[in-house]
Formats: sequence, C-alpha cells, structure tokens
Amino acid sequence: MKKVLIANRGEIARRIIKTCKKLNIQTVAIYSDADQDLPYVKEADFAFLIGPSPVQQSYLKVDDIIELAIKEQVDAIHPGYGFLSENADFARKAQAAGILFIGPKAETIEKMGDKIGSRLTMIEANVPVVPGTEHGLTSIDEAKKAASNIGYPIMLKASAGGGGIGMIRCDDEVTLEKHFDSTKTRAKSYFGNDVVFLEKFIDASRHIEVQIFGDTYGNIVHLFERNCSVQRRNQKVIEESPSPNFPQEAREKLFEAAINAAKAVDYVNAGTVEFIVDQNHQFYFLEMNTRLQVEHPVTEAVTGFDLVEWQLKVAAGEELPVKEQVSISTKGHALEFRIYAEDPKTFFPSPGTITRQYWGDVEDIRIEAGYEEENKVTPFYDPMISKVIIHAENRDKAIEKAQKVFSSAKIEGVKTNINLFYQFLNADSFKSGVYSTSVLGEWMQQQREEVSK
Amino acid sequence: MKNLESTMAGTVFTVNVEVGEEVSSGQVVLVLESMKMEIPVEAEVAGKVATINAQVGDFVNEGDVLITFE
Repeated sequence: MKKVLIANRGEIARRIIKTCKKLNIQTVAIYSDADQDLPYVKEADFAFLIGPSPVQQSYLKVDDIIELAIKEQVDAIHPGYGFLSENADFARKAQAAGILFIGPKAETIEKMGDKIGSRLTMIEANVPVVPGTEHGLTSIDEAKKAASNIGYPIMLKASAGGGGIGMIRCDDEVTLEKHFDSTKTRAKSYFGNDVVFLEKFIDASRHIEVQIFGDTYGNIVHLFERNCSVQRRNQKVIEESPSPNFPQEAREKLFEAAINAAKAVDYVNAGTVEFIVDQNHQFYFLEMNTRLQVEHPVTEAVTGFDLVEWQLKVAAGEELPVKEQVSISTKGHALEFRIYAEDPKTFFPSPGTITRQYWGDVEDIRIEAGYEEENKVTPFYDPMISKVIIHAENRDKAIEKAQKVFSSAKIEGVKTNINLFYQFLNADSFKSGVYSTSVLGEWMQQQREEVSK
Repeated sequence: MKNLESTMAGTVFTVNVEVGEEVSSGQVVLVLESMKMEIPVEAEVAGKVATINAQVGDFVNEGDVLITFE
C-alpha cells in the first residue's frame, strides 16, 4: 500500500495522515469550500477540492470521490467515521474500481446498518438483544399494540438511524402517537429509509462497547471495552476504559458476546459492538458500528496499539498484528473528552472563528484537533472540533490529570464545553464511577437548582 | 412590521407557517439545521405572517431576515 485517499475531514483526516506518514504511505485529502484552510488539507501529500460546503455536495459525493481516487491511482480509501464510512454502495464502488476499502466487507456494512436486521442476526448468534419488535412498524396502531406488549417506557427508533439521530423515548401511548409520524419523516430525510421499530427503554443503563478487530484469515480479537455513558443529546461526550463499576465476570461475558457478534458476520477490520448495560450488569446488544470510532484513542491508550495502522495492514491483506487474544492486555486507565463548539448550557452549536486554542501545560496528554487558531468552525459539519485523551496508571490519577488540563486549557472565538468538563470532573456521580447515561443531564439539573436556591 | 432574524448560520430544515397565518408568541415558525442539530426558531411576538424569505434547503446567515410580520 503506497497511496491512500482519505474520504473525510477535520481531526480524523489528520489522525489518519499521521499513521500513513509513519508507514510511508502517501495521502490524498479531499476538502470542501469551507474546509480549505484546515490543517489536514496542508498536512496531506495531495489535496483536492471536492465541492461546495454542504455535505451532500462534497463529502457525500460517492462518484466524484471514486473518480478522484482512480485518477490519483490510490491503492485504498480510508472513510474515517461518519460520512461514507458505513455506506455499502461506496465500499462496493471502490472495490469495483480496484481500490481497497479500509473497512469491513460491503455485505457486513449493509447487514449491520439495518438495525432490525442486525438484531435478528444477533438473536441467531445467541447474543442478547434489547426486548423489542422484530420487524418494522408500518402503522401507529401496530406500534401501539407492540408497545403495550413490550411495556412502557419504550424507545422509538429508525432502523437506519445512527449518531443519536432518529430515536426518541416514549413514556406512554400519547407520546408514541405524537412522535411516530415525525420520527418516520425524519428517518426518511436523514437516512433515506423510514422504517421504525421499538425497543424497551432500559432505565439507569450504561453504554458500554467492545472494540473488535478481524482480518481476512478469520482471526478475530477484542481490544477490551469503552464506557461511553457520559452523553448529551444521545451523543457521547466522555469515554473511558476500563469501565468503572463493572465486575470482571460481566466483563468477560461481554467480550465473549462481542466476539460471537463479530464471528456471526465474519467481521474484517475495525468494528465496535455496542451494548446497553443495566444496573445488574446484564447487557444487551444495541448495534454494531462497522468503522473506526471517534473514541478509538481510548483503546489505543490502554492497549498501546495504533488502530489505524492495524486497519491499513488488514486492508492490505496482512494478518492482525497480534492475533492471540492472550497476548493482548491493557495498562492503566484512559479518558477521552470530546470538545464541542457549542453553548455548554443549551448544547446549541456555536460556529465562529477560533481566535485562541491553548491546551494548558500538562505534559503527556494526547490532543486530536481538527482546527488551528484562525480557522473557522462552520455550520456545515459536526460541532466536535477536537478530542483530549488522558492516560494514567489508574482512574483517580487520570481524572486528576484531566482536571489540571481543563483548569488551564482555553479555546476562544467559539463557545466550548471545556469549562463544563472542569466542573463535571468534580461531580460525585462521575468520580465514584457509578453512573448511567443520564449522569450529565442530572448533574446539570442539580447545578441549576443550586444556582436558583 | 416586525422582522424575525436568524440567530445562527444554518440550513432551513422546515418552514412551519404560511403567508397570512396568525402566529402566537413562542410558536415554532421554522426549524434550522446547523452542525447536525435541528434548531427551532420561535416567533418573538404574536402577529400575522407577511412574507417568508427562506425556503427549505436555503442557507442563511446569522442576522438574515427569515420571516416578516404585519
């Protein structure tokens, strides 16, 4: 593998370039009008304007990107996360053009991209799934009937959904009725597919996922778990590994289920099996992400592996760099913080120009930043502008180190959640490690109440 | 005549009112999409819609007049 096209932008494009440089692989970047001044465009060996700023006219232009890849004679395409990373049609078109797609087989992407279909696959593979409907719901009457069988509260979800979009909690029939049509409409406009289904809502649950990796020789390993329960708007904000408050016995069972899930679809390359875990450490399959995750550095920190390097090697037809599960271990504790350009109180986006970006003076931290000072954060893309990854010998020390970082780090020009992190790291619920996906919302509510007292 | 201005740069996701419609204060008249988030835009005061200056899919900047009221 000599030359790779990166079909993405921002921090992840930059991240992929880094590993390619290390392996002496040339990189081809693509960018939209809005992104021409971002660092990844300069850092790639070659960079091409792919179109105007809206994603439909740039980063989602399947045929234009494939055409460029052919013209530039690249050996492979790395899709990053989001955009075309879970687009089976894109993977197939790349392969048809004789270009390696750095990810799983197109059929796997297709199978796992359909939430209803992936639930059925997991049931067959004896992986526990959240109780819910086994097929799509066409009418509100059918939905109401299914919901009363499952029992409220329930989650109404788009089968093709993802990224926290296309799902809503319904506590009763009235709410279900209110959201049924709008969820279908939204699913259609975001994902081009309006199939919806229901799952039981699991109270006080955690989101714990397992990183898995497979090669084309049938080797499959797991790289341990990440707890991603600190969320806002159903999107992750802090991720950590190992997961606190999670007994070893349950952990082992979770890894076994993740491996079974991966084997059920002959998984190749990097993937993540997401589970919802209840208060008794009982877990249920949620979905499988057939790509590199935003939070992959957490796993890199505790295992010491470069996951992008693994991806490139597996795509090039090599075996997994480490294929014996017993040879893989974790060290210390890692935390990742996603820095969002948004109002920390309302979570509304805050586009603008970054006038200052300072990460403080704490040594030995990892920063993955998509922007530099004077770069513009535009309204066209995700509000995540960078990530801070902290690794220490244990959880307490990692939290302590993170507090030091966020006490001095400064981003100016756009609003961010840096100060929110600084405050939240003091929350007893987070510090104790016993927390669910509602931890951030509940803590913010508490803060507001204290202010109004 | 009162103007409803966009508080943020983004793409118009839905327009929920029609010209001539009476809207109440706080009613969501339009939804913007910015940074992958849907942002409801509410009428600041009650009034009758005179003109709608944005269509679904249009990109608007902060301060652009979206809707005018009689």
